Amino acid sequence: MPVRPHHDPTASPLPPVGTAPRTRTVGLGSILLLLTTSAHAASGAVAATPWWIWPAALFVACFLMGIVAVPAGIGGGTLFVPIVGSFFPFHLDFVRGAGLLVALASALAAAPMLMRGGLASVRLALPLALVASASSIGGALLGLALPVAAVQTALGLIVLGIVALMLAARKSEFPTVAAPDALGRALALHGVFTDGATGRHIDWQVHRTPLGLFVFLLIGVLAGLFGIGAGWANVPALNLLMGAPLKVSAGTSGLVLSLVDSSAAWVYLNQGAVLPMIAVPSVVGMMLGAKIGARLLHVLSGAVIRRLVIGVLLFAGMRALLKGLGVWT
Amino acid sequence: MDVKPNLAHAPADGGDEVQLRYARVLGWGTRIGLALLLVSFALYVSGLLPPQVPLQRLPQLWHQPVAQYLAQTGAPTGWRWLALLHHGDVLGLVGIAVLAGCSGLCLLSLLPLYRKRGDRAYLGLCLAQVAVLLVAAAGVFGGSH
Repeated sequence: MPVRPHHDPTASPLPPVGTAPRTRTVGLGSILLLLTTSAHAASGAVAATPWWIWPAALFVACFLMGIVAVPAGIGGGTLFVPIVGSFFPFHLDFVRGAGLLVALASALAAAPMLMRGGLASVRLALPLALVASASSIGGALLGLALPVAAVQTALGLIVLGIVALMLAARKSEFPTVAAPDALGRALALHGVFTDGATGRHIDWQVHRTPLGLFVFLLIGVLAGLFGIGAGWANVPALNLLMGAPLKVSAGTSGLVLSLVDSSAAWVYLNQGAVLPMIAVPSVVGMMLGAKIGARLLHVLSGAVIRRLVIGVLLFAGMRALLKGLGVWT
Repeated sequence: MDVKPNLAHAPADGGDEVQLRYARVLGWGTRIGLALLLVSFALYVSGLLPPQVPLQRLPQLWHQPVAQYLAQTGAPTGWRWLALLHHGDVLGLVGIAVLAGCSGLCLLSLLPLYRKRGDRAYLGLCLAQVAVLLVAAAGVFGGSH
């Protein structure tokens, strides 16, 4: 089947927009920044604050994160831990537990639709999820055992790494896979999906399966250790390394995420590191925000949102790093 | 450019059946989990079910590491929360457990399909993934402080 390779690092799935959407986007980002910095400023008066202020602020922050996460092309879970961990008074143990649930609930909610549309492949996801979910248990236990300063420092570094990845990573809509590797062939890691934009049926297959499995082993450790959704790592691994089409990579990433985060979530649940008062407003706020974000896809400027999210992540990553190093406590 | 997938090892049939069954079970599991999460949270914050840790105490506790939080509150670890479901905050864990467990049910629902098809590799992968989830859920590694 003829498939035109398309490499465009600057491509956005969104239509060009004018000044008004840009203003709306900047306003949304400003609210998010204002909320997080206000939360940080108010954290000095934690004891005097009524208990419900923080869950309410968390709900609003997650709602805004959910709105910007969709057009920015990043999972809400990736935004959650660095922002909430840096600017809210909750201990990082509980933030990571809630972060895993945010990423898990978002992935679970999206997966059925993606699977029905053929964008999330169970066949491709299962071997990768198996190694990643096993290693995520180790990552979660490591995260709960390490000193918080060490985790905070590592989180700062990983968030700055995500920023670098967002700035530099290329995407390939239909990577060229001349021939599958032996393991990929044995597992029949291929399929067909219908591209909604063109209506064409696209056959796909993957290569470098053993290397892909190793990379997902590392991704699982990171997901469990930091409680962040690993879509930022899953998609490049599936798309650029293994050669799955971009849409199949994004869809299958969600399915892998749902299995990996399920394993890690059990560890946090068993260790008592899941507080419903933190987790529930976060999950509900993020899911409602993501629904609004999906509806606003044609109104908000994806490129501007993406730059704002990079800015917020850069700030949160620096804050986590400096907090971990004891420079900015 | 032509990309020609090698279909020699494709499943004989029913790739869509696997996808659809997984999607159906996951869709229901997620809906039930989220509904339980919302209902239990409403019971918790409304005070209809008294929490194990009073709401007013939370701001003095949630900035502490989990080990200190547990020591000060006696909050349950492992599966001990099942005995405390009359508390609003603990009841919230039911919805979370359903969300974390529904993928396991999806995988189990695929077993008859893979068995019927003679796809031993994926039968084994499903069982191995369920085993990983069970190990994590059972708290085999560090189930409690």
